[in-house]
Amino acid sequence: MKNDVYGNRFLKGHPKKAISKGIITVIMSVAGIMMLLPFIWMLSTSFKLQADVYKFPIEWIPKRWNFNNYREVWLNQNPPFYVYYLNSIKITVICVVGELLTSSLAGYGFARLDFKGRDKIFLLYLGTMMIPFQVLMVPRFMLFRWLGIYNTHWALILPGLFTTLGVFLLRQFFMTIPFELSESARIDGASELRTYWQIILPLAKPALASLAILSFVWRWNDYEGPLIFLTNRKLYTIPLGLTNFIDEMGGQQDTLIMAASVSALLPILIVFFLGQNYFIEGITAGSVKG
Amino acid sequence: MIIRNKELKKNITGYLFIAPNLIGFIVLTLIPVLFSLVVSFTEWNLFSGTENIKFVGLKNYISMFSDVWFIDSLKNNFLYTVVTISLTLSISLLIAIILNDKVYGRNVIRAMFFMPYISNIVAISAIWLALYNPTHGPINQFLMSIGIDNPPQWLASSKWALPAIMMMSVWGGLGYNIVIYLAGLKGIPKELYEAADIDGVNSWHRLRHVTIPMLSPTIFFLLITGIISSFQVFGQINIMTQGGPATATTVIAYYIYLSGFRYYKMGYAAAMAWFLFIGIFIVTLIQWRGQKKWVNYV
Repeated sequence: MKNDVYGNRFLKGHPKKAISKGIITVIMSVAGIMMLLPFIWMLSTSFKLQADVYKFPIEWIPKRWNFNNYREVWLNQNPPFYVYYLNSIKITVICVVGELLTSSLAGYGFARLDFKGRDKIFLLYLGTMMIPFQVLMVPRFMLFRWLGIYNTHWALILPGLFTTLGVFLLRQFFMTIPFELSESARIDGASELRTYWQIILPLAKPALASLAILSFVWRWNDYEGPLIFLTNRKLYTIPLGLTNFIDEMGGQQDTLIMAASVSALLPILIVFFLGQNYFIEGITAGSVKG
Repeated sequence: MIIRNKELKKNITGYLFIAPNLIGFIVLTLIPVLFSLVVSFTEWNLFSGTENIKFVGLKNYISMFSDVWFIDSLKNNFLYTVVTISLTLSISLLIAIILNDKVYGRNVIRAMFFMPYISNIVAISAIWLALYNPTHGPINQFLMSIGIDNPPQWLASSKWALPAIMMMSVWGGLGYNIVIYLAGLKGIPKELYEAADIDGVNSWHRLRHVTIPMLSPTIFFLLITGIISSFQVFGQINIMTQGGPATATTVIAYYIYLSGFRYYKMGYAAAMAWFLFIGIFIVTLIQWRGQKKWVNYV
């Protein structure tokens, strides 16, 4: 009885609890829908004619449907929206894969190998996690110009490959895997690289999935990086392409802006709903233990 | 000899594992951080070339305090931080406690609150720009329909622009805080609540004497990370107001960006970035020390 949720108690004869729980569910659902109203407005506006956008009371379901907005956004702009999409996909995929690789290698080293200076270097990693992006903005800009990768996708990919947070998250997870496993692999003569690849990584799949989805969301949504390091429109990622769009339309074409916004949000929502639990696992990992 | 070889091999293996990340870390983070500190003591226009770098000592750090934009950025940022953090932390605590055991379909409702957090700041800003439109935006149309004849001009008014941005930020931040709170609430032993029930305490006392103390590490975490990120708020400002009207919504991260990448004053931008960094560091340190008074680690 101790850990029963109220639902079970209801079966055992607590109808009052169940009713109040039902009422609270309704209230919270209404609050949740209120939270979503801006998104619902965006979605319905993206299917409207501009003349109907600011009608009041709001037509949540358009009376006159207009599917042209999406075609306009995706094909008839310069550059069309799919260019931003391809750029975002390219950068995000390379960053996520690369980050998983470098972070898991380094995380493995910090968690499960013993070498001189290990703890000092890790402390240095931790120390830099608090540094705001603003401090790195100016010197990275200079560095990228000097390397000749300013205004190329490399300027976004490189920093995405080597994150300290990724190392931190994976190190914490690797620490929880029993060390006896490595020990017996060592006795069997497996190399450290093989232990990492064939024993530890498969066990770390949940943590890798969490980092992958977190990192996907960050890269996909990154706004400041592209803003500073890209000037060529054809290289823009979705957030910057969208900004460009807002500036050009100057508030005259809300329907197109909203169609572009829906297009920008859709992939991230799909990824989130597919991997919701991994995502939540990832962002709560550092919080509870303090 | 054998022992020493073994030792050497261990070290080499270790460094080989961390090498890919470590090299990236040194080149892209460590050196740039140090370099930006050097730049912060110089006067340097981006386009005048490296030979025109001029060392000016502490001048950048001193002159920022007579710069109206910087002062206003600081003021706005403080206000923004205090208001958004306190609202977000308390509202989301309330919602998390309710969602924790008092509703059906918790994960669905949680996802509704969480949606703004995973959404792109540009898309969100685009939506709210339209919603806040003073003449025909849905918010003001609604306010006028319920009898408010002169609704705020929102982003166009120097009085309402910052509150409008703050409201949007609270809306955007609730979901993340709720998720973290829910994780913290899961860790509170049920026995504590049962003991409280047996003692017959009311729900306010339950909250005050069981939930909040047990949740204090989580609250502390959210407070620190919240303050750090609110001092870096940038996207919505750059997209929605560009700091305006006048300096009504300018914040530190925005002004650093403006100085560095619009006015090309790299030295000045670097100095303000370091000021921001040191500020964040000190605030965190103070909280770290102060936590002993109210945070319970079990």
